[in-house]
Amino acid sequence: MQWETVIGLEVHVQLTTKSKIFSGASTAFGAEPNTQACAVDLALPGTLPVLNEQAVKDAILFGLAIDADICRDSVFERKNYFYPDLPKGYQTSQMDKPIVGPGVVEIGLEDGSTRRIRVHHAHLEEDAGKSLHEDFSGMSGIDLNRAGTPLIEIVSEPDMRSAEEAVAYLRKIHSIITYLGVSDGDMSQGSMRCDANVSVRLKGEEEYGTRAEIKNINSFRFVERAIKVEAQRQIDLIEDGGRVVQETRLYDSDKNETRSMRSKEEANDYRYFPCPDLLPVHIEQSLIDQLRDTLPELPDAKRLRFEQQYGLSTYDAALLTAERCIADYFETAASTAGDAKLAANWVNGELSAALNRDNLHLSQSPVSAEQLGGLIQRIRDNTISGKIAKQVFEALWNGEGDSADAVIESKGLKQVSDSGALEAMIDEVIAANPAQVEQYRAADDGKRKKLIGFFVGQIMKASKGQANPGMVNQLLGKKLG
Amino acid sequence: MPSYTVADIIRGLDAGDYSSEEITRQYLDAIAARDGQYNSFITVTPELAIAQAQAADNARARGESSLLGGVPIAHKDIFCTDGIRTSCASKMLDNFIAPYNATVVEKMAAAGAVTLGKTNLDEFAMGSSNETSFYGPVRNPWNRDCVPGGSSGGSAAAVAAGLAPAATGTDTGGSIRQPAALCGLTGLKPTYGRVSRYGMIAFASSLDQGGPMARTAEDCAILLQTMAGFDERDSTSMDVAIPDYRAALDTDMRGQKIGIPKEYFSAGLDPAIGDAVHAALAEYQKMGAELVDISLPHTELAVPCYYVIAPAEASTNLSRFDGVRYGYRCENPSDLDDLYTRSRAEGFGDEVKRRILVGTYALSAGFYDAYYRKAQQIRRLIKQDFTDAFQQVDIIAGPTTPNPAFGLGEKVSDPVTMYLEDIYTIAINLAGLPALSLPVGLCDGKPAGLQLIGRDFDEARLLAAAHQYQQRSDWHSRRAPDCD
Repeated sequence: MQWETVIGLEVHVQLTTKSKIFSGASTAFGAEPNTQACAVDLALPGTLPVLNEQAVKDAILFGLAIDADICRDSVFERKNYFYPDLPKGYQTSQMDKPIVGPGVVEIGLEDGSTRRIRVHHAHLEEDAGKSLHEDFSGMSGIDLNRAGTPLIEIVSEPDMRSAEEAVAYLRKIHSIITYLGVSDGDMSQGSMRCDANVSVRLKGEEEYGTRAEIKNINSFRFVERAIKVEAQRQIDLIEDGGRVVQETRLYDSDKNETRSMRSKEEANDYRYFPCPDLLPVHIEQSLIDQLRDTLPELPDAKRLRFEQQYGLSTYDAALLTAERCIADYFETAASTAGDAKLAANWVNGELSAALNRDNLHLSQSPVSAEQLGGLIQRIRDNTISGKIAKQVFEALWNGEGDSADAVIESKGLKQVSDSGALEAMIDEVIAANPAQVEQYRAADDGKRKKLIGFFVGQIMKASKGQANPGMVNQLLGKKLG
Repeated sequence: MPSYTVADIIRGLDAGDYSSEEITRQYLDAIAARDGQYNSFITVTPELAIAQAQAADNARARGESSLLGGVPIAHKDIFCTDGIRTSCASKMLDNFIAPYNATVVEKMAAAGAVTLGKTNLDEFAMGSSNETSFYGPVRNPWNRDCVPGGSSGGSAAAVAAGLAPAATGTDTGGSIRQPAALCGLTGLKPTYGRVSRYGMIAFASSLDQGGPMARTAEDCAILLQTMAGFDERDSTSMDVAIPDYRAALDTDMRGQKIGIPKEYFSAGLDPAIGDAVHAALAEYQKMGAELVDISLPHTELAVPCYYVIAPAEASTNLSRFDGVRYGYRCENPSDLDDLYTRSRAEGFGDEVKRRILVGTYALSAGFYDAYYRKAQQIRRLIKQDFTDAFQQVDIIAGPTTPNPAFGLGEKVSDPVTMYLEDIYTIAINLAGLPALSLPVGLCDGKPAGLQLIGRDFDEARLLAAAHQYQQRSDWHSRRAPDCD
C-alpha cells in the first residue's frame, strides 16, 4: 500500500523586542533566574498588561512578508490553564481575531520544483516561564525570566506531504524571520520552536487521517526525524489493524520515538475569552503601508537577483540566501574581490566547511567578508595560487594576520613569477633528474603531457608551492625541448 | 471629636487651627477607641500616618501647597500599598505585603493625603453586605445590628462613624454607591476609564472602577480631582481632560432635565425609600430641574447579565492565586494538583468559590455562546438604553438601593436575594457610566440613598447636582448615633 504523510506545523517564534509583550522587563536570554521578571510578569495582584507596540509591528512585518491580510482590529484573549510557570493562570493570546490572516510561504524542493504552503494565520501571544525539574530533589524550580516574552505563533495548513517538506517550510520561516530581523530564530535557545501535526492516509484518499500533535521539537533535524518516526508508527499501527487516536505526543530524541503525553479527552478546556484588560488592537492602514515600505529584500527575491545579477546557479544562490547574514557576507566579499562567482565558491565551499568543522555560526566567523574578499583578489591577480590561498585562509582563520596581504607577506607565500628565478629552479631539477629527462625526450606528445607533471611537481615542491604554475609549464616546455 | 469633612480639614489646616499630625492623631485615637464596634479597618497604619502627617506639616511650613496636604483618609484594602498588607479581605492574601503602590494610592500620597489604614470589604469585593470578609463582618454605624452594605462596607462604616473623613472605594456592581446609601454618605463611581485600575486588585476587569466615598459631594469632588486621570500602566484608562470638579459645583439645576426611569420604581422597592427619593426629586424640581419620565427597557436583564460577566472575568482574574508565588499555600502538599486544590479550597471563602464556579461554567466549551456571548449582547442593549435616554435628559435619577440597611445574617444564606440588592446599580457598571449616591432621608433611623446617573465623563454634572441638593438639605450632615 502507498501511504502519504500529511503535516501541518505550528511554529512559535520569540520576537527580539527589548522588553516583554505586556511589561517593561527585559527579554534578554541567560540572566540569573527570576531577575528579569517584574510585578506584571509575576502576576502580582492588581497589575495590568500594556501592549508592546514593537511586538505588534514585528507581527505585521511578518504578515506582510508572507503576503497575508493584516487584521485591522485584532483581539487578545485569555487562554486559561493552571501551570506553575504560567503566573496569571492564563496565557494572553489570540484566538478569534489574530493579527495576521491567511498567507503563503513558498518552499523549494530537492528536484528544483517549488510548492506553496498556506499559512492559516499567525497570532501574537506571551511566552510562559520555565519549570526546572533537575537540581531540585522532590521539588521544581520556576524561572519566570521568559514569562511574557513576545511570541508569534505561525499556524500552517496541513499542506506538507513529507518530513523533508516540513523542514524546508521551517527553514523558510526561519529565513523570513531572520531577514526581517524580528527574531534571532535560534532553535537551540528556544527562540523558534515547533509543534507538528502528523497524520497518514492512503495515496489518493481525500479525507485526512486522525492526527497526533508532536510538541516542542527543538531542531530542524529532530523535526525531520520526529515526523518520520511518527508517520511510520501510525502506518504500522493501521497496517496491524489498529487505529490512530487524536492525542498530544512527545518526541524523545535519544530513543528516536514519540510517546503519548495526553489524549484528547484529557485535553484542557482553555475557556478562551477576550481579555478585558486589553482593548482591541486597531491598526491604521497608514501604519501597514509604512511598515511595508521598510520590508527588506526577502529570501526568494534575493535568490532570483543573485542568479541574475551574479550569474550564479539556483543551488548556489539558494545556499547564499538561506540566511540574511550569509547573503550580506557574500555580497561584501564579492564586491571586495571583484568576482562574484569566486566569492560564491569560497563562501559555500571553504568558509562553510570551516564553520561546520569548528561548529560556528557565520556571525562568529574569524574571517570577515572583507578579509575573504581581499584573499580572492590575490588569487585573481596571480599573487597566489588557489592552493596557497587555502593556506592563507587557514592562517586568517587562526588569527595569524589581519589581512590576506599581511599573511602572504609574513609567510612569504607570494607566487614566484619571476622567469629568472623560475629558470634557475628548472635548471636544477633538469640537472638532478637525467633519467626522467631522457625518458621525456624519447616520448611522443601524448606521453610527454603525462611526464611533464613530474617536473612541475618537483618545481612546486622546491618552491614550496609558490611557483606560478602557468609559467613553470611554459618554461619547462622550452627547456626540455 | 467633631465630624469633619475633607473641606473642613483643608480649611482648618490652612487656617492653622490644627496641624496634620494633631488631626491625624485624633482619627487614630478614634479608630483605636471605637472601631471595635464596627470592624471597619483590617489594618491601621499609625506609624505611616504620623510620618506622612509630619511630612505634610513640614511641607506646609516650607510654604508648599498640595490639594490634600495633610488630610487623613483610609484606603479600601483592595488597593495595593507598598510595604503594607493588602489582603482583599481574603485568607488567600492575609500574608501578602504588596511591594508597590496602586496608582490611586500613589496619587493620593503625592497630593499629600495621610493614610490611616486599610478598610474592610467583602472578600475580593464579592458581596453586598460586607459579610464575606475573612476578617469578619462590618457593622453599620447607624444600626450595629445591620450591615453597612458592600463591598466597600469598611470604607463606608469608617466615614459614617467618624473614623476617617473620607475613604477610597471600588465599585463593580454598586460597591461604592450601595454602602454609601446604607451608611448615609455620598459616594461616586466614576466613568469606566476615569480612574486607573493599576494596583487595584481585579474582581471583574471590565466593570471595576475606583472612586471616592465621603460625607459630601464637595469632598467627593476634591478626592476625584486627585484620583482621576490617564495612567499608561492601565490600558483601559482614558486620556480625557479632567475638569475642575470643585469649581463646577456651583452649576445650578435650572433647565436641567432629570430622567425618572419607571423600571427603578417597581414592586421590589421599599415604599419608605420610594418616598424619600420622590421627596428629593421634588426638591430638584423646586431648584429648577425638569423631571422627565423615561424607560430603560432592559433593566430587568441587568442582574442576570452581570452575574454571567462578572463571575466569568473573576474566575480567570483569580487564577493567579494558586499558592505558587505569594499568598496562602496549604500545608504539606502531596503534589501539584494537591497544592492547587487545597490552597484554593482553604484560601478562598464560599462566595468567592461560588463565583469562580459560576464563571468557569459560563466560559466552558459548549456554554460560552449561551452565557458569556449572550450576556455581552445584552450588555450592549443595556448601554443602548442609556444612550437613548441621554438623548432626552441630562441626568437619570432613582433609588440607589431597593431597601435600607438590612440585618446582619439576614440575606447571607440566600445569594439570589443578596444579588438583588444591586438591582439599581449594576446596569450602570455594565454601561460604564458615572453615578453617585447621596443621602436623601432616613427610614426608621436608617439612611436612604438617591442615585444620580450621568453621561460618560460627566462626573462634574453629577457632583454639582448632589452639591446643589446638599446646599438645601442636611441629610449629609446627620450623624449616626454615638458618632458625633
